[in-house]
Amino acid sequence: MKAVCWMGKKQMEVQTVDDPRILNPRDCIVRITSTAICGSDLHLYDGYIPTMMKGDILGHEFMGEVVEIGSAVKKIKVGDRVVVPFTISCGGCHHCSRQEWSCCDNTNPNGALVEALYGYGGAALYGYSHMMGGYAGGQAQYARVPFADVGPIKIEIDIPDEKVLFLSDVFPTGYMAAENCNIERGRSTVAVWGCGPVGQFAIRSAFLLGAAKVIAIDNEPERLHMAEEAGAIGLNDEDDDMLDRLKTLTGGRGPDAAIDAVGMEAHGSTYDNVKQTLKLENDRPFALRQAMRAVRKGGTLSVPGVYSGFVDKIPFGAAFSKGVTMKMGQTHTQRYLRPLLDMIEAGQIDPSFVVTHRVPLTRAPEAYATFAEKKDGCIKVVLDPSC
Amino acid sequence: MPTPNSLKRNIPSHPPTGIASRKGLAPSKIVVTGDKGVKVSRSVTVQKPARPLYAFWRNLENLPQVIKHPVTITVRSPIESHWSVSAPGDRSVEWDALIINDEPDRLIAWRSREASEIANAGTVRFEPAPGDEGTEVTVTLEYNPPGGKAGAALAKLSGEEAGQQVGEMLRRFKALMEAGEIPTTEGQSVGAPQRKNQQ
Repeated sequence: MKAVCWMGKKQMEVQTVDDPRILNPRDCIVRITSTAICGSDLHLYDGYIPTMMKGDILGHEFMGEVVEIGSAVKKIKVGDRVVVPFTISCGGCHHCSRQEWSCCDNTNPNGALVEALYGYGGAALYGYSHMMGGYAGGQAQYARVPFADVGPIKIEIDIPDEKVLFLSDVFPTGYMAAENCNIERGRSTVAVWGCGPVGQFAIRSAFLLGAAKVIAIDNEPERLHMAEEAGAIGLNDEDDDMLDRLKTLTGGRGPDAAIDAVGMEAHGSTYDNVKQTLKLENDRPFALRQAMRAVRKGGTLSVPGVYSGFVDKIPFGAAFSKGVTMKMGQTHTQRYLRPLLDMIEAGQIDPSFVVTHRVPLTRAPEAYATFAEKKDGCIKVVLDPSC
Repeated sequence: MPTPNSLKRNIPSHPPTGIASRKGLAPSKIVVTGDKGVKVSRSVTVQKPARPLYAFWRNLENLPQVIKHPVTITVRSPIESHWSVSAPGDRSVEWDALIINDEPDRLIAWRSREASEIANAGTVRFEPAPGDEGTEVTVTLEYNPPGGKAGAALAKLSGEEAGQQVGEMLRRFKALMEAGEIPTTEGQSVGAPQRKNQQ
C-alpha cells in the first residue's frame, strides 16, 4: 500500500510499504477512505517531536471501512464504516473506566520512554513518535487499528466522509477545549488563541455550549474570516495593544476563559525562536503567555495546543494571583464521539466547513508544505488515499 | 492444586540465612546472603480483584508471557521450578527456585536453591487498592550477581537494569490482565529504511 512516511525535518515521502496485518486479537484493519493532516502533524514536520524515526508512517485523523477483524473483536464487523479516534485506549484500565481515554494505561508499548520524561505515560497515538507508542498512522491506504471495539465509531447513516472525518481528532479536541472553559450559558466570553482547525472547532463549540461572546485571535486573514463566519470577533495578534483590546471587548473584566489552540510553535517571539532552535527550550509558548495574562480573575485557561517539553518565562505569578484554573491535555476523544456525531446528524454543525484543500495521498508532501507555510489560504487538508 | 497449608509443609526445613516469613504479619523479609545484593521493588495497580492476578502468578509457566526478556520456566513440583534466562553470547543463566511462602490471593515468595549461579529471591504481593479500586501488585527482587569488585560494579549497573525489567514486566502484566493483550507494534507496516531492517 501507499503511506506517508516521515523522513526527517520537512521531509515527507510517499512510500510503498507492506499492508498492515492483525497483530493482536483486539485489532482490526481499516481500508482508509479519507485521512487528514492535523496541525499537530506540523510539529513532526518541523522536527520538534522527539523519538521519530525515518520511515515512520504518519497520520492520526482517518476513517474507512473495516476489512479484517481480530479473534477477540465483537462489536465491529467487516464492512462497517468507521471513524477512528486518534487516542488508542484499552477500555479496561482505571482511566478508561472514568472516560479519561487519553490517559489510558495499557496501549503504549514504549511506556517506559514516556515515563522517563513525564513521570507517567498516557494513551498511545497513531503516527506520533515512538515515545507515543510508535504505531503506524493513517495517512495511508490501510491502517491497523488496535482495540477495535473501544475506539472506532460506526457511521450508520449515509453522510459524506468530510462531515464525520474530524470526529477523529480536531472536532472533539476543539469541543473539549470549550467544555474545559466552564462556560456559563448566555454569560461567558471566551478568547481563542489560534484559528487553525482546533481553534475553529473550539470557537463553534463554545457557541454550541452557550458562550455569549467568542473572541478569535490569529494573524491569518482567512482564518480570522472563517472564525468571524461562526460569529466570533476577530483580533489580529500582531496588534500591540492586544490586552487592552481584550479588556475593551469585555468591559474591562477580561475574558472568562482563554483557549490556547496554538501550542508549542507559536509565532511572535524572537526569544523563543532562538531558544527553540538552539534546543534550549522545547516549546515556544507565546500564545500561552498572552492567554495567561489576558484571562480574567478567577477565569479558566484551557490548553488543547500541544506542548512536549519545557517552556520559559511562563507568567505563573499572573495565573496564581488571579486564581486561574488551568485545564489541558490530549483529548479524551472516545468520550465525545457519540454526542458529537449526534450533533452532526442533527445538523447542529457541519464540520466540513474547515476543509480548504483536497488532494490525493500521493501529493501529501507538497500538501504538508502548503499547510506549514499557510500558503494558498490553507487551513485543513484532506487526503484521498484512493488515488 | 494443593492447599496452601500442604504447600507450607513441603517447604524444606533448611531455609537460607535471613529468610523469615510469617503469615499475617509484616511483609516477608528476604535477604540474599552477602552484602553486594541488588534489591529492586516496583509496584503497579491493576483493576482486578487479587484472585485472578494471584492465580496468574501462581502458575509460574504463565510468567514468560509478561517477561520481555527470553526466559523458560519449567515447573517441577508445586514448589519447585527451573529457570533459564538467556544471557549475552548464546549463554543462558539457570537456577532452581523454591516457593517458600504462598498465601493465596495475597503473596508468593521464592528463592533460588543454594549454589545457584545467581542467588536470588523475591516476593510478589497483592494488596487491595484504596477504595476497592483494584489491586496493588508489588514485586520485590533481590539477587547477588557473581562476586568480586567487578561484580559489585555490575550489580550497581544491573540494578537499574533489573528495575527497568521488573517495571516492564509489571506494565505487561497489567495490560494483559486489564486489556486482555499486551500492546505491540512488532510486525506493523513501516517505511524504508526501517522496512529494510525489518525484512
